[in-house]
Amino acid sequence: MNALETTPTPISAPVGILAELTHRCPLGCPYCSNPVELDSRAGELDTETWKRVFSEAAAAGILHAHLSGGEPASRRDLVEIVAHCKKVGLYTNLITSGIGLTQERMRELADAGLDHVQLSIQDAMAESADRIAGYKGAFARKIDVARWVNEVGIPLTVNAVIHRANIARAGRMVEFAVELGARRVEIAHTQYYAWALVNRKVLMPSHAQVEKAVAEVEGLRETYAGKIVIDHVIPDYYAKYPKACMGGWGKRTMNVTPHGKVLPCHAAETIPGLEFWTVREHSLIDIWMNSPAFNAFRGTEWMLEPCRSCPRKTIDFGGCRCQALALTGDARNADPICHLSPHHDKVAEIAATFDDVDANVSASDYIYRTLKTRVPAE
Amino acid sequence: MSDPAEIGGEVKPRLPRGVHLKHDETRGEWLLLAPERVLKTNPIAVEILKRCDGNATLSEIVDDLAAQFKAERARIETDVRALLGELAAKRMVDL
Repeated sequence: MNALETTPTPISAPVGILAELTHRCPLGCPYCSNPVELDSRAGELDTETWKRVFSEAAAAGILHAHLSGGEPASRRDLVEIVAHCKKVGLYTNLITSGIGLTQERMRELADAGLDHVQLSIQDAMAESADRIAGYKGAFARKIDVARWVNEVGIPLTVNAVIHRANIARAGRMVEFAVELGARRVEIAHTQYYAWALVNRKVLMPSHAQVEKAVAEVEGLRETYAGKIVIDHVIPDYYAKYPKACMGGWGKRTMNVTPHGKVLPCHAAETIPGLEFWTVREHSLIDIWMNSPAFNAFRGTEWMLEPCRSCPRKTIDFGGCRCQALALTGDARNADPICHLSPHHDKVAEIAATFDDVDANVSASDYIYRTLKTRVPAE
Repeated sequence: MSDPAEIGGEVKPRLPRGVHLKHDETRGEWLLLAPERVLKTNPIAVEILKRCDGNATLSEIVDDLAAQFKAERARIETDVRALLGELAAKRMVDL
């Protein structure tokens, strides 16, 4: 392979791989970041192919392997995959709902060398949490899983996605994470792509709710300093500048779908006209260096105004391509979250329609994530 | 716990499970890998972290570094405390 010789500008080595081992998941969270069109079980990569992918990842300079889904524990070969990642020197992070794990399996994962577990919670209250997940008993099971993780000595991160039905307990979820024995907690306000976009009208909180929750969580940083690290992803609908999505397109991470397609971000398939390559036909490094999708928005050459002449263009890289597409119709535009975007009004308009929302959301309002039913187009 | 001056000399710092000091061949540098974090480390930090094995006390680590690099003990101690305090706050070192 002569990838390095054919590329005009130097491309830095990837840092992380998000491996969606499967899209199967017992839970039905209405904000799931998986695409609305989920990959079927039949077409999933087999164990040997995943092992090759992780070997190639390590050789390409990748440090962190994020084993995700769907629910990665739905894969029977999870322990074998973890052991392989360990063997090739990757740092393994299991991103799980906890459903499908047992105490015995957690011990096997620990023995295989698993480095870190990231456990999702849906709320700090059982009834609400199970309603959001669309799965009775999920909350209770997660408490067991957290205990098993602590027993085997693997560091635990608790991860909570914030939306209207749980935003009143954003701060409480930090405390709950401490009670679960987590060393780190991610409080992430919903980002409106994929299933979350389908469910936006029942997920999005009001500006006042957001401000209160953000202040509450920020206030806990000092309380828990040295005890738990709080990673706080605040909602960008009220921000002045966009986020550097994925730390820059094709700059840090690659996302492999259950069927083997490699994406610069998990929502990249929503952008029309991008050509994605698959691990079935190309090596990971070849895809990183040469696939059209990874090169489409690399660097700054593709940018339009106001990004093109903006001093922040190498800080936020114009924000999120998928959001630019969804809200302006052109993925090359500035992410309209940016106050300099001529489309910025649209964001404020959307946000304003949620200023007077009812905190009570019933399960019947959600379109739950599922492999089986087709979601009606908006 | 994270105030460097308050760390006792008798603590035995160690990297907890899930935190690794790794020499990265691709980039040719030492990195500290932790959950969702990659920290670049300077040569001094590498020497300190290599000694955080859960057996050596902070005082012993400082003595060892002072002897090996023929440097002033007080200065080394300041560096060690600053690094360990910072990493303990991030829960990347256990004291």
